[in-house]
Amino acid sequence: MNLSILKPDKKNLSSFIAAGSILVFVAFIDIIFNSFFNSNITEFLPNKISYISPLLFGLLGLYLIRIEFSGNKLLDKINTNFNSSNFNALLTLLVIFTLIKYIPPLLNWFIFDANFAGNTKDDCTSSGACWVFIKVWLNRFVYGLYPDTEQWRINTAFLILFLLVGASFFVPQKLKKYIIIFLLFIYPIIGLKLISGGDFGLKYVETGAWGGLSLTFIVSAFALILCFPIGTILALGRRSQLPAIRYTSIGFIELWRGVPLITVLFMSAVMFPMFLPDGTYVDKLIRVLIAITLFEAAYMAEVVRGGLQALPKGQYEAAKSLGMGYWRMHFLIILPQALKLVIPGIANTFLALVKDTPLIFVVGLLELAGMVNLAKTNPKWLGMAMEGYVFAGLVFWVICYVMSRYSQNLEKKLKTER
Amino acid sequence: MNFKNLKLNLSNKNKDLIPQVLTVLFIILVVIYFTINAQNNMGNRGISFGFGFLSQESSFDITFSLIDYDGSHSYARAFLVGLLNTILVSAIGIFFATILGVTIGIARLSQNYLVAKSAEWYVEIFRNIPLILQIFFWYFAALRALPLTVDSINFYDISFLNVKGWYVPKFVWSNFSLFLYSIIFAVILIYLLSKYAQNQRDRYGKQIPTLYISILLFIGLPSLTFLIGGVSLSFEIPELNQLSKTVYVYKGGVSIIPELISLALALSMYTATFIAENVRAGILGVNKGQKEAAASIGLTKGQILKLVVMPQALRIIIPPTTNQYLNLTKNSSLAAAIAYPDIVLVFAGTALMQTGRAIEIISITMLTYLSLSLSISVFMNWYNKKMAIKEK
Repeated sequence: MNLSILKPDKKNLSSFIAAGSILVFVAFIDIIFNSFFNSNITEFLPNKISYISPLLFGLLGLYLIRIEFSGNKLLDKINTNFNSSNFNALLTLLVIFTLIKYIPPLLNWFIFDANFAGNTKDDCTSSGACWVFIKVWLNRFVYGLYPDTEQWRINTAFLILFLLVGASFFVPQKLKKYIIIFLLFIYPIIGLKLISGGDFGLKYVETGAWGGLSLTFIVSAFALILCFPIGTILALGRRSQLPAIRYTSIGFIELWRGVPLITVLFMSAVMFPMFLPDGTYVDKLIRVLIAITLFEAAYMAEVVRGGLQALPKGQYEAAKSLGMGYWRMHFLIILPQALKLVIPGIANTFLALVKDTPLIFVVGLLELAGMVNLAKTNPKWLGMAMEGYVFAGLVFWVICYVMSRYSQNLEKKLKTER
Repeated sequence: MNFKNLKLNLSNKNKDLIPQVLTVLFIILVVIYFTINAQNNMGNRGISFGFGFLSQESSFDITFSLIDYDGSHSYARAFLVGLLNTILVSAIGIFFATILGVTIGIARLSQNYLVAKSAEWYVEIFRNIPLILQIFFWYFAALRALPLTVDSINFYDISFLNVKGWYVPKFVWSNFSLFLYSIIFAVILIYLLSKYAQNQRDRYGKQIPTLYISILLFIGLPSLTFLIGGVSLSFEIPELNQLSKTVYVYKGGVSIIPELISLALALSMYTATFIAENVRAGILGVNKGQKEAAASIGLTKGQILKLVVMPQALRIIIPPTTNQYLNLTKNSSLAAAIAYPDIVLVFAGTALMQTGRAIEIISITMLTYLSLSLSISVFMNWYNKKMAIKEK
């Protein structure tokens, strides 16, 4: 018996391709029938073989078309990218079969069998997801328990923020400085006042009522703005020549980096009030903001320190030889360059910060994930956990994915500039 | 002239001293202020600072414990239960995160377009969803959808999965200690063998098939104890018992509670994305010239991987990966959100509620995590120093 006839070669290219394609085609037909029509076309085979028959057909087919330098461009491309060895062929088939088998049911659950119309749980009649739940609760998921009639205040605050940030990209360099100073120092106060109210005829809304996605943004934005200067000072402190300052900074940074955020939040909730004079009450949200800010500042300090260390020594020496003092040297020469170096690191810290915000549920503040937790325990909407978490996950995913993509692009851009 | 110099020196010294003294003074003042307030507050509530409560009876139950525990044990024992549970879930998480992370990191570098893309999407999806949401998803949405006890999912009649947890057979050993010693002995032998093989290779260029001998030792020695050492192993398989008309429970075996499953799942799937990125960066970080040089002096593919690529890649991979292990351990504190009895839930949650000793309990909890982190970073510094490329 001559087995060499089974070895694919260039001579009988067309017949091997034909045989291979047919086998692969049969494999696909088998798996498609199996997953869409619930029928097994290889039933005549023994049970176990029938189970893996598409894999066997596919592997054999791919083996037959694995011909190097066949001259056919498409075939060469397929072979190098999907079919370079038996193991690779197996992986390719497994991936494709898994996709065929599991993507349609997922899509059905998400879109085709899902319920969009209606206002109550009873309107969800078909087998898919009940997006009615999200539709009804959307307002709560975005604004928390904030009163409906006052929600324009949150919208206005965020609108001003977006307009200012947008404007800072287009206005000339001179004005840009003022907009950034306004954004960093004056806007936070205006924004907080607008949302919390109490003055100027605005109704006071206690922070316990804040929640949902808007709270996620508020907490992350404030913590980012506040942790940045603290982190920078800590980073400078850790590189200081003065032992007392250096060891204080090291101790502070390592303390916060060594503990999980949840214990820090617990601390702000139960231990921090014990350290204040009796009768002083600090708002829950303020306490959380302080805790998250200190926590993230320690991470920010390490990021900034990375930038400081990456700068060549010549920059320090040049600044000193010009007669600059410590602060002038750092603010005019060192920090502008160091911070530019670590923009991706800062973006990553911010990303981690956004992903950490759901933890504020431990002190009873409910942002998006917390609101989903609340909504799913509502007696009228029991059994909606899946929809709620999938929705919250999607929202967070979009935010984080866009941000991480942005930071990666920035990283690439900065690399080419240097 | 001399006098002028002296003055300059003095002022320089002062310039260094003043900010330091101010910093120290500020810290001392803050600490004094906090202490006075804390004393006042505790005085008002009629409690005094101290760790005596640790030996008191805890009188609360913990749903899942590795050691003997009930309400009659002390708070210190409850702390230990929480700590062990934290270590348990971290160890499981680290184990699976490493396997998954290394697989996906290698898959991202695969020639196969589909495999590389799937791995990339895995990383993009699971890295960008907050961990706490993933834990919620597995616990409240996915595991709650499992069948009830009576129609559990059956794995070959030895293991059962249902909404109450996962029931697996329990290992019943006799003479277990001998088995354990044999494993330890085998590990020591393997270590000595690898030292010897390295020596032989460095001196005479002789290759000893270390891997095969190691596998043989590792399997052979422990199985010898079964034959001649009187070690035996049997399994206690969980059985379905009917308590009343509608109430069924599994008796026997080991039950893994759903909190543990969802926590371990979420932790390992989330951390795996970061480990995968580390692995990828490590393998990409090895210079192509290194492989070509190794190939040109006639090493085989396996030898190149083992002797040239891996030692260099590991140097890049291990430090950030240890950091991820540490993160995973810290992240396991999210267990409190789904009531898995880890150290935060048991100690900073229940015990704090009962005793009201906020300062002591939060300090102990934070110190526990802190000492864990610091010891790992000390180890990392030592490791980095040892592995740093020794330049001549």
